[in-house]
Amino acid sequence: MNKRFFLGVAISLVFYGVIQALITGEVLNDSYVDTLVIMGVNIILAVSLNLINGFTGQFSIGHAGFMSIGAYVSAILTTNEGYSFPLALLCGCLAAAVAGLIIGLPTLRLKGDYLAIATLGFGEIIRIVWLNNDYVGGASGLNGIERVTDWTWTFFLVLITVVVIQNIVKSSHGRALIAIRENEIAAESMGVNVTRYKVIAFVVGAFFAGMAGAISAHYFYGIAPNSFNFMKSFEILVFVVLGGLGSTTGVIVGTILLTLLFTYLQDFPEVRMIIYSLILILTMIFRPKGLLGSVDVSKFFTKKGGASKDGGTTTTP
Amino acid sequence: MAAQQQLLKVENVSRVFGGLKAVSDVNLEIADGELVGLIGPNGAGKTTLFNLLTGVYEPSEGNIAFNGTRVNGLKPYQITKRGAARTFQNIRLFSDMTVLENVMVAYHMHATHGLFSSILRLPTHFKGEADMKVKALEFLKIFKLEGKADEVAKNLPYGEQRRLEIARALAAKPKLLLLDEPAAGMNPQETTDLMNLIRWIRDEFKITILLIEHDMGLVMGVCERIYVLDRGQMIASGTPEQIRANQKVIEAYLGQEV
Repeated sequence: MNKRFFLGVAISLVFYGVIQALITGEVLNDSYVDTLVIMGVNIILAVSLNLINGFTGQFSIGHAGFMSIGAYVSAILTTNEGYSFPLALLCGCLAAAVAGLIIGLPTLRLKGDYLAIATLGFGEIIRIVWLNNDYVGGASGLNGIERVTDWTWTFFLVLITVVVIQNIVKSSHGRALIAIRENEIAAESMGVNVTRYKVIAFVVGAFFAGMAGAISAHYFYGIAPNSFNFMKSFEILVFVVLGGLGSTTGVIVGTILLTLLFTYLQDFPEVRMIIYSLILILTMIFRPKGLLGSVDVSKFFTKKGGASKDGGTTTTP
Repeated sequence: MAAQQQLLKVENVSRVFGGLKAVSDVNLEIADGELVGLIGPNGAGKTTLFNLLTGVYEPSEGNIAFNGTRVNGLKPYQITKRGAARTFQNIRLFSDMTVLENVMVAYHMHATHGLFSSILRLPTHFKGEADMKVKALEFLKIFKLEGKADEVAKNLPYGEQRRLEIARALAAKPKLLLLDEPAAGMNPQETTDLMNLIRWIRDEFKITILLIEHDMGLVMGVCERIYVLDRGQMIASGTPEQIRANQKVIEAYLGQEV
């Protein structure tokens, strides 16, 4: 288990090194770096939402709300209060996590569609709070945020997110979360404190959404309430569903592909949303369980054809 | 019998759904180590009573004491922690998890490693996980499911799913095991095997069992004492012979002498 973990980290570091060398050698220009950072931010958002939606089975679509809390809190702290970025980043994440706790405790009693509506409403409320608050710039948002984050920051924060969430999922605690998704009543009857674990998933998911917000705020110089509207929440949800609910690998691959697609389609603004929607519809028809479905790359490292083919982290949404 | 401790004591428990009194004024007592059956016609309130005992529902009136302490109003996981585990009438496995993982979930409440230990992959995490796996595998061996440890639970044949559900409940180390129609959908051979299994579980694990069953052969054959519920009311209790001869029971449920 340890060996596999270090192998994964080693591969990631090599990947990081190669990209960093390409950036330093100016093979990859700024627009590529922009795409890489957006990709990283999206991966953090999708992987953390997957913990809530994919593994715990709680249908939440307010992720952009938590992201905006991380973005605003960290940006205020660095710009107005003179905090160093790492400290502001941590505060942003914690603020989002606290919001997750406050929202999670009452709303997680709801199930399915009702929870979705409640979280959607929460995301909009947060956005409107920013919109009507002059201290954070109202509709025009906060501008003049110093650029602190870069490819290196993004990469290592993505790595931390993926490692933390995988470590949760591949443990007894993760099994408790999946058990809730599979059968809530049975999970509770087997001694799993369902409310507690739902809230844990929600808080951890919100924490990393806040992290994604802080990274993007400190890369793009400014933030505005409208970039955290419900379309953003849906975009994150699409990454998760398209990649495969409950499969971290699938979600990462799906997010990378969709981010690339979205970036290239920006040259064709008229047909962009049409092509995007078509691809989503086709994926849902031909790969209803997500791009990679139940495939989990980590399985290839552990068992060599031992377990049944659809073993592990499959999902029935 | 007299020296045995009272494990479960249900006093005047009622549960009302709107205008319907699903369970009304029920009394029930189970001593440590007993194997007790609960029978009754369809809709008599058996599963409702189970749900009251396991915390899925809260009693509208009355008192449920488990192991000497009052448990009504507690959540299901709290009651499970106090030592009562159950199976379900309609199987409720974690269908997309493997057989081994299903059993490991039951060990979760005894987990020695916390969330942060798992996130940071501290030594306590590896030790805790390894312990759990060893224990769960031992359990699967007892139920002859070790060969299917890595199989996804929903792919098991029906009989094995029932066995897995019992194994999972037992893995929670209960003092009281509640079985809701364990023989439902089984053929006569499987039912006979199940009867032996239930008796063996009681002796091997030294636990108390309360089971709901429709299969009269199984109930009469395996239970030492039987409670009969009809339209939410407890109409009789006693040994299988007494129940068989009880006129009220015959009228309410059996229809004719067995």
